[in-house]
Amino acid sequence: MFAFFIRRVTQAVFVMLVISLIGFTIKQSVGDPLREITGISVSAAERDALREKLGLNDPFLLQWGRFLARALQGDLGNSFYFKRPALQVILSKAPATLELVFATSLLVVLLSIPIGIYAAVRPRAWLARFFMGVSIVGVSIPVFLTAILLIYVFSVGLGWLPSFGRGELVTLFPGWQSGYFTSDGLKHLILPSIALSSIMLPLFIRLIRAEMKEVLETDYIKYARAKGLKPGRVLLVHGFKNTLLPVITVGGVQLGTLIAFTILTETVFQWQGMGAMFIEAVDRADTSLIVAYLVFVGALFVTVNTVVDLVYGLVNPMIRIAGRK
Amino acid sequence: MKRFLLVLLAAALLACPALAGAKTLRLAIDADPVSLDPHVQLSGGMLQYSHIVFDPLVRWTKAMDFEPRLAERWERLDPLTLRFFLRRGVKFHSGNPFTAKDVVWTLERLKRSQDFKGLFEPFGPAVAVDDYTVDIITTKPYGLTLNMCTYIFPMDSVFYSGTDEKGLPKDAIVKTEHSFANEHASGTGRYFVESREQGQKWVFKAFAEYWDKNTGNVDTIVLTPISEDATRLAALLAGDVDFIMPVPPQDFDRIEKTKGVQLITMPGSRIITFQPNQKRRAEFKDARVRQAMVYAVNNAGIVQKIMKERATAAAQNSPRGYVGFVEDLQPRFDLERAKALMKAAGYEKGFTVSMIAPNNRYVNDEKIAEAVVSMLSKINIKVELKTMPKAQFWDEFDAQVADIQMIGWHADTEDSANYFEFLYMCPNKETGYGQYNSGNYCNPRVDELTLASQSETDPAKRAAMLQEVERILYDEAAFIPLHWQMLSWAGSDKLKNAREIVNIMDFPYFGNLVME
Repeated sequence: MFAFFIRRVTQAVFVMLVISLIGFTIKQSVGDPLREITGISVSAAERDALREKLGLNDPFLLQWGRFLARALQGDLGNSFYFKRPALQVILSKAPATLELVFATSLLVVLLSIPIGIYAAVRPRAWLARFFMGVSIVGVSIPVFLTAILLIYVFSVGLGWLPSFGRGELVTLFPGWQSGYFTSDGLKHLILPSIALSSIMLPLFIRLIRAEMKEVLETDYIKYARAKGLKPGRVLLVHGFKNTLLPVITVGGVQLGTLIAFTILTETVFQWQGMGAMFIEAVDRADTSLIVAYLVFVGALFVTVNTVVDLVYGLVNPMIRIAGRK
Repeated sequence: MKRFLLVLLAAALLACPALAGAKTLRLAIDADPVSLDPHVQLSGGMLQYSHIVFDPLVRWTKAMDFEPRLAERWERLDPLTLRFFLRRGVKFHSGNPFTAKDVVWTLERLKRSQDFKGLFEPFGPAVAVDDYTVDIITTKPYGLTLNMCTYIFPMDSVFYSGTDEKGLPKDAIVKTEHSFANEHASGTGRYFVESREQGQKWVFKAFAEYWDKNTGNVDTIVLTPISEDATRLAALLAGDVDFIMPVPPQDFDRIEKTKGVQLITMPGSRIITFQPNQKRRAEFKDARVRQAMVYAVNNAGIVQKIMKERATAAAQNSPRGYVGFVEDLQPRFDLERAKALMKAAGYEKGFTVSMIAPNNRYVNDEKIAEAVVSMLSKINIKVELKTMPKAQFWDEFDAQVADIQMIGWHADTEDSANYFEFLYMCPNKETGYGQYNSGNYCNPRVDELTLASQSETDPAKRAAMLQEVERILYDEAAFIPLHWQMLSWAGSDKLKNAREIVNIMDFPYFGNLVME
């Protein structure tokens, strides 16, 4: 187990190095931050002087090396726009994104499991067919459009729900402002989390349905039924439990996708999280913040996947054994 | 002046009954101001902010007259000196009294600011005569002293003196890192910043000791940046915000058709042009070829079809109302004439050129460029167009990577000479003139007239000079003019006088806003 752990961590470190390198390459091509920092009539000489001062004229490898050295001490650079350390900016935006992702995950878990199981047990029922049809539509409309559509129907048209932002927030502890504890905050959460779950929900319904169908065909389910166990117990304990392994794996990987899609959802709903911050940073060529975001999200992603792998290794010893030559 | 008084009177009449209830204005802008320090960047957003939290010495009215603000009146002592008599009893948000030394201090700081030092280059240090009299002195006779005073928003010199808790000077102007002035503000404006979460939410509160009693009834402004056009509009339509700016042109019709919201537009001063580069292409050295291109471009058609009439077709840089504006310079689309000119120049068969344009800087920039490409193909000029985001565009523009480049320009001085100084004077690295002249158009007469206009203090003579420049640029087809963009705002019908508080500079005077 220890060797497995070391191997996974080494891989993670390597991945982080590659991510930071890619981030730096992208940074060179998103544009010139100096154009955003200075007014248009500022002379080229003034701009060059500032560029030199910010160290943006140095060779690529020197800039990257300097970044790595500082990153090891937890300093991911300074955001040009926010005029604060980039990590501090990202951390201040993280709660918004995490709350959105959590609400979405909750929605996905609470809806996909019953619907998936139902669709597997009664594949021919009209309700099951309806769910399958809707999920096809959900997965094929871009999130961006879904979000705009939701706003126009529920905010502009019906006037039931607010159109943007996070609403009234409560400070849970310094650095974490939550919208979970006010009715206004919860109202603001509804549309964005529906928009975001429109991507994940169909995937999980289909996955659970397919896995469940397969499990229901196995001999031990037939045996359990023959034994006279209650149908609910057969479904949940004998059936559903055995579909979980692939669902967990996919879930871990999809968490990354979810974070990627927060970029679009947050931008449309002006949800003040890391995703909207990233798009704006690209717009403003706030290059140091862009790199910091990529590294931060990369680290998050790598950590989640490493943990999932380790847990998986614990749950299923075959993974560990296969890895040992 | 008469018109201004009328506006003032109307505003006063509207304001009186409404003053009873204090109102909150929920405002959505595409991006929030980058700092609390008005000198950190010269941009529309920062100036909008300055008009909320600070007061200038003088400000423009909607009719482009000067309105006294912190300066009550002024008189010219000699060609170099303008004496200002300051308003008495004005207080900063910190409680410090406003005096002449704050003006001296602010001008000195402006001259240190990277973004403003160019505009204030003709200025020497100001001299405080007594507490309420200050002389603003230029180093040579200068015709735009009052225009520049619209940029002098006196800051609280006592508040910004000394060092902060990190031991850094409080008056430092810092663009990318922490500074006291980036995070604290004390002005004389109608509002002070109560709270600010950058990129998220700003709350401005009315300042109880504000000097001007003739204001609107908005006592709280909540500013939310909403970068997505569709969301900003939806927020207004859903009633979640009261005022949005800017409004994307494709949504104008929708707003006009919707009950309860109003669309406000007015012709702007940002001219959109193309510059054919004479250094890169020998063909463009021939004035006939440049004229042919101007004749080939149907800019009135672009305004009609692409801009949906939300722009004004242009043939010169100065919009109506600017001193350099010449009435008889009109758009000149004439395809036959264009073909004849190409033939006369010996390029009947045409040639191939490259072009660059941004795709997120000006309204419909990419579509406009595509239209111009197809119009130029009618006179056999094949154009290879490349568009890119603004973050990448300006470096390419400076490097002059293409034969024809798009540029839009707004005169920070609200004066015609500004267009010429940046876009058409012979490029000169040392003086900085012609910084955005990627056409490399160079005519000594244009330089001479523009420079002479700077020190001409007789308005009539000055206007004649600037109008001559416009005429030369038109006759020689120094550039391909397209149109002036329209400015747009939209708000709920609850805003009673929204139309009066907006202006061509796009600095809405929210302090005068009256809400139902």
